[in-house]
Amino acid sequence: MILDFSSNTDYLVALLPEGLLALAAFGILLADVFQRGDRPEPSGAWTAYAAIAGTLIAAAANLWLLLEVDAGPGLVAVDGFRLAANFILLSGTLLALLFAIDYQRRESMHVGEFYALLLLATVGMMVLVAAQDLLLIFLGLELMSIAVYILTGFNRTDPRSAEAGLKYFLVGAFASAFLLYGIALLYGVTGNTNIADVVDRVVTGSAEGEVMLLAGVLLLLIGFAYKVAAVPFHMWAPDAYEGAPTSVTGYMAVGVKTAAFVALLRVFSVQLAPAADFWTGIVWWLAMLTMIVPNLVALVQNNVKRMLAYSSVAHAGYLLVGVAAGTAFGRAAALFYLAVYTLMTLGAFAILSLVAGKGDRHMNLADFRGLGWRRPALGFGLLIFLLSLAGFPPTGGFVAKLYILRAAIDAGEVTLAVTLVLASLLSYYYYLRVVWKMYFEEGADHDVASSNGSFRLGAALCAAGVLLLGLLPGPVLRGFEWAGSDIVGGAAATTAIEAPRPDAPANPSAGGPAP
Amino acid sequence: MTEFFFFLFAAMAILSAIFMVTQANPVASVVYLVVTFFALSGLFVILDAHFIAAVQVIVYAGAIMVLFLFVIMLLNLGSGVPTDIRRGLARMLAGSVALALIVVLTRLVLGDPGSEALAPSALASVLEAKGAVRALAEPLFNRYLVAFEVTSVLLLVAVIGAVVLARRRAP
Repeated sequence: MILDFSSNTDYLVALLPEGLLALAAFGILLADVFQRGDRPEPSGAWTAYAAIAGTLIAAAANLWLLLEVDAGPGLVAVDGFRLAANFILLSGTLLALLFAIDYQRRESMHVGEFYALLLLATVGMMVLVAAQDLLLIFLGLELMSIAVYILTGFNRTDPRSAEAGLKYFLVGAFASAFLLYGIALLYGVTGNTNIADVVDRVVTGSAEGEVMLLAGVLLLLIGFAYKVAAVPFHMWAPDAYEGAPTSVTGYMAVGVKTAAFVALLRVFSVQLAPAADFWTGIVWWLAMLTMIVPNLVALVQNNVKRMLAYSSVAHAGYLLVGVAAGTAFGRAAALFYLAVYTLMTLGAFAILSLVAGKGDRHMNLADFRGLGWRRPALGFGLLIFLLSLAGFPPTGGFVAKLYILRAAIDAGEVTLAVTLVLASLLSYYYYLRVVWKMYFEEGADHDVASSNGSFRLGAALCAAGVLLLGLLPGPVLRGFEWAGSDIVGGAAATTAIEAPRPDAPANPSAGGPAP
Repeated sequence: MTEFFFFLFAAMAILSAIFMVTQANPVASVVYLVVTFFALSGLFVILDAHFIAAVQVIVYAGAIMVLFLFVIMLLNLGSGVPTDIRRGLARMLAGSVALALIVVLTRLVLGDPGSEALAPSALASVLEAKGAVRALAEPLFNRYLVAFEVTSVLLLVAVIGAVVLARRRAP
């Protein structure tokens, strides 16, 4: 099927996964009201299962788009890049849902609104990665952000959660203002919000208003830097991640970052590639700082949740190296990294949420003592995720870093590559410290609750995915290589690597096992 | 004639904006903000953007400012609010930043040939053909229909969030 967007109904097809996911969210909200009314009791378990079903259906629709649909230029792109990113986002959502069920029950937050908001946040992310128009980028970003602010403050009886929600909201609104101001400047100069048209003006660089164009691009970059939590725009991240309910922390660490990075890659590495001279230097410094600073701070964290928060900021730095590379392979490497990052980060936060126990009380390093012997499966899972986060073979984290390194060296960014390796070496200390506590120190005094079926399924999927991507990265990477070059409206697309067409069987099913 | 009204509304907007930030009493501040909004909508009329002028009055000067007033009165914010910037050095710094901003903006406005594009004539032909509402509605409901629909989902999320975060009983 070929869409030309001459009629608005074409958008119904192009945005089918997003639409189905939103419908699932509305259905959950509505049915929950009829069933529960305003009685103060938890929602039925079906709300979570309906959300999971909605995610799977959206993934199926996404696959259908990938195989059957081609589209011309419009407000949204229907290209491999977007659909591969959708698979990563949907896998992340699915895993987050599997992990959340237990946690929400334990903290008496098992309500339909939670699952509906989670799905709507994912809709925002998917709109963001699809957007070909600055207006839609802003709307997708806001839809995602507002839903995630609410999820961060969801446990409103807990002061930490409320504080984190408010802090995240204020900083996020500030960041949105940067982005919006950048968009306003670009619109003011070019009279258009379509990225491709804006880029034409940037490239031809007519003298009048050039300063405003550059200011607009710069403000846009700052807005994105806030969302991906790149140093020095990262101050909000550790507090927001630490205060948020742990079921949400994992989701926001992977989902928001994936969506913002894919949009960043689309706007800068593809559309603004002709103006690379202007922005590469800035991204270079962002990447440099984001690799070094959080790794240093994480060394002294005794709270594991906070340590993982800083680690997630550091991973944004490694991803920025892929952006700075600016090549099709750089984009493929970034997508691969995001897929691995989704699996390992969600897995680590999920196990943390189980160990932390009711009210998230046991999150210090000392609480992990002897975990590897008392709960072998749990300990082994955490071991895999931590080794992958650190970047040891044979895990996916190792392969992902290798691809980013290759992209950086191919693009001649040797300093960034060396810094990446050194920063990773630094990070070994704080990841392995947890492993040391788990296996070589004796007994913490609290009991870790047993997990339920959906948690075990999610953790097994994450661990299997991390190992699979580490041992057999080839097929998935080839899918992403195709996706990294199949982007609408990029001059860079001409440098594409030989890759299978969408109708070929090689399916860039992003998250390994999940969708 | 147009020039006279422009300077009238511009002076009104700037003066009431200055009064708004210098008032110690928040209620008086809000009232000055309403005056600013009215002056701005006057400026929109001069730019031939009648529809936006009307929306400005209805939405901002009407609905949003009433909400503001209600919140301020409910929170019972008195007039005894201490100023944020008290130390001499901080005052100097804030003042010089504001001054620099004024200088830069003035130079931009005076020196920018592109500002002619914003003269009233820019919209006149479109308005002649379609009228103010249609000129706005056509792109909104044709080209940007998707964006419009995404906005509706966004507002729904905001409503759900307000209910979730503010409801009285925990489940």
